[in-house]
Amino acid sequence: MSGPSDFQPTNPALKWIERRLPIMGLVHSSFVAYPTPRNLNYWWTFGAILSFMLAMQIATGVILAMHYTPHADLAFKSVELIVRDVNFGWLLRNMHACGASMFFFAVYVHMFRGLYYGSYKEPREVLWILGVIIYLLMMATGFMGYVLPWGQMSFWGATVITNLFSAIPYVGESIVTLLWGGYAVGNPTLNRFFSLHYLLPFVIAGVVVLHVWALHVAGQNNPAGVEMKTEKDSVPFTPHATIKDMFGVSVFLLLYAWFIFYMPNYLGDAENYVPANPGVTPAHIVPEWYYLPFYAILRSIPNKLAGVVAMFGAIIILAFLPWLDSARTKSSKYRPLAKQFFWIFVVVCIGLGYLGAQPPEGIYVIVGRILTVMYFAYFLVVLPLLARIEKPRPLPNSIADDVLAKTGSKTAPMVSTVIALMIAGGLFVGSAQNVSAAEGQQKPPANKWSFSGPFGKFDRGALQRGLKVYKEVCSACHGLSFVAFRNLADPGGPGYSTAQAAAFASEYKIKDGPNDQGEMFERPGRPADYFPSPFPNEQAARAANGGAAPPDLSLITKARTYGRGFPTFIFDFFTQYQEQGPDYLVALLQGYEDKPPAGFNLPAGSFYNTYFPGHAIKMPKPLSDGQVTFDDGSPATVAQYAKDVTTFLMWAAEPHMEARKRLGLQVFVFLILLAGLLYFTKKKVWATAH
Amino acid sequence: MAAVGAVATAWPFISQMNPDAATIAAGAPIEVDLTPIAEGQDIKVFWRGKPIYIMNRTKKQVEEAQKVPLSSLPDPQTDQQRTKAGHEQWLVVVGICTHLGCIPIAHEGQYDGFFCPCHGSVYDTSGRIRQGPAPANLAVPPYAFLSDTKIQIG
Ligand code: FES
Repeated sequence: MSGPSDFQPTNPALKWIERRLPIMGLVHSSFVAYPTPRNLNYWWTFGAILSFMLAMQIATGVILAMHYTPHADLAFKSVELIVRDVNFGWLLRNMHACGASMFFFAVYVHMFRGLYYGSYKEPREVLWILGVIIYLLMMATGFMGYVLPWGQMSFWGATVITNLFSAIPYVGESIVTLLWGGYAVGNPTLNRFFSLHYLLPFVIAGVVVLHVWALHVAGQNNPAGVEMKTEKDSVPFTPHATIKDMFGVSVFLLLYAWFIFYMPNYLGDAENYVPANPGVTPAHIVPEWYYLPFYAILRSIPNKLAGVVAMFGAIIILAFLPWLDSARTKSSKYRPLAKQFFWIFVVVCIGLGYLGAQPPEGIYVIVGRILTVMYFAYFLVVLPLLARIEKPRPLPNSIADDVLAKTGSKTAPMVSTVIALMIAGGLFVGSAQNVSAAEGQQKPPANKWSFSGPFGKFDRGALQRGLKVYKEVCSACHGLSFVAFRNLADPGGPGYSTAQAAAFASEYKIKDGPNDQGEMFERPGRPADYFPSPFPNEQAARAANGGAAPPDLSLITKARTYGRGFPTFIFDFFTQYQEQGPDYLVALLQGYEDKPPAGFNLPAGSFYNTYFPGHAIKMPKPLSDGQVTFDDGSPATVAQYAKDVTTFLMWAAEPHMEARKRLGLQVFVFLILLAGLLYFTKKKVWATAH
Repeated sequence: MAAVGAVATAWPFISQMNPDAATIAAGAPIEVDLTPIAEGQDIKVFWRGKPIYIMNRTKKQVEEAQKVPLSSLPDPQTDQQRTKAGHEQWLVVVGICTHLGCIPIAHEGQYDGFFCPCHGSVYDTSGRIRQGPAPANLAVPPYAFLSDTKIQIG
């Protein structure tokens, strides 16, 4: 469609360049004069949104790589240091981590759009297949990126996914060793994943260029599914599509920013705030939400090889779509049956996603099998059959006719689909959090926290009291190794002065050395030192505590959670509920019972706790009334201690939370203004086209 | 000719991905003292980065493991094939689920053997797969008894 450009620069210098490299002509013909169908709806803005997200991921990723250390012993820590010490490190990390989810969200919308409007049909088969390749590359990139923080889910996700290749007959085991570079997932694996995670986005960018090229050869599909014939069917890309895409991106940014600033951990797994441990498998291994449907397919087949084949087949089958669906009519708008099956298919995919996050037992397995069959049936039975038996409704003669035909009612179906998709999407992504609900874990009661919600701030008094409780009670067994004494004087923290933080530090003895004699020695702490851990290593901690090592508390409020259940987690998205960790912790600290309920078999050396999963906890009741005295007259009760120390630990887990929420507000004001302005500009530009 | 050259050049690029010399050296055999493991107990040691369960089975567990009819097993193997003669109470298996590599939990599941929390595979007291998606029994690593109370793995 992009014929030779008639673009002629007038400036002599530009003319000189243009004669030797006609790049301006290329840009002009592809992104300015390029004709786009007049009737495109907002689902078509996701192409631009995806390009934007790819650029975003590359930019933030390159910067993060400057601060990250790809080593099994250092990776987890280096990510924490990025978040805590690098200027705006928390922002960049959130942008990259949430960005991955947003990228996948956008790509799924883009794919469903293609599916609904038949964008894979003649003459766009190659365009579609290139898209499938991009999607596969994205999955590989996303998977390897998730391994890099080297938390528990990273490690075990990597183990499970690389083991998929061991299903290949004969050579499987050697391939897996080749992938690992060792006998198990370890440092060599992390190193090569880092290297590839850096490389693949550029490969994606390359394939995107081909994708766009193929698009510009075939021209864009459109909601009517009839090709452009005359001038009247199209509008020039700039300004029409450009401004519409910009508006689309700005609205998408609102969603993206909601995650970055207010819900950064909503899509993640709490378990990934626990450093990787090759000796302990987490109770549930759940991949990132965007892999869940395929994970569900894998699990619903009781044979290993068949499961792996089905899982990859579920993706590869997309590449054959242009030939599986041979119906002549492109758009499902004019295919009454295909339309209904499409929506059933969407529900099937979301259902599979939900099941992917559930434990593989009982009813979940059965439903998983049914949905797996339906997934494949859509491609292998329904679409080929519909092409034969369905009687499509008459198509409009041209795009121009299509635009004229619809007046007034055109936004209504749009709104309802958006709402349906929002709810379904919420169900889908939130299902990842639903996992531990099945553990028979008692739900902790909700608390009022000063730091919850969009304007949340830490209560300075609580932080100072919590620090005291930690120092006098918890620190006997629990470390706080990511928090430095200097942090006590940081803005958004307990509000001590630099001098007070230094004085606090000097009360500690820190091991340093070696000195000139080659010996280690002790000296008073300095603000730059970190809280010393009570035990030299995990084994010592384990041995001293009856086999259960007391976890480090730096990240504990983010590393613990409980199942919110359906549909609560959907509301959580809107209420910005992020306090599962603190709620659980405060309940746990007060949840001790002297006597376990009748019939409960308490193992020796354990204590009964109502809120601990499984109820038998190795930690004895840590707090009792009157144990710590506060200078500010707050009551010396367990309830008060529990709340204060939890607040303190929440700050320890995310020292920049106040900055995050403050910046979030500013960004939202800006984005809403931007989106509003773009909307009115768009209206103006399009006034003549509709 | 060019094809031979291309393949020969590709070889180092692929071969470098395999475990390097240091990793292989670190994978040398290890010796484990069995005296601290009481009857009915187990320990987990690491060899080549893999957890190895060493289980001192009770009489009842051994009997159960030996009694199972082979026809009821997805991956038929007798208990005798999986242990060393004269040391039947000792079970030594690689604690890696043959499905997708999680670490099964010992003394769990309905056969009192191992249970894999990832996708629900159940192994019996001989480490044989009984239920779930895993295709094979837990692997028995190469090992030998140096004395009655000491084994060498590897
Ligand atoms: S890894 Fe053990 S059941 Fe899948």
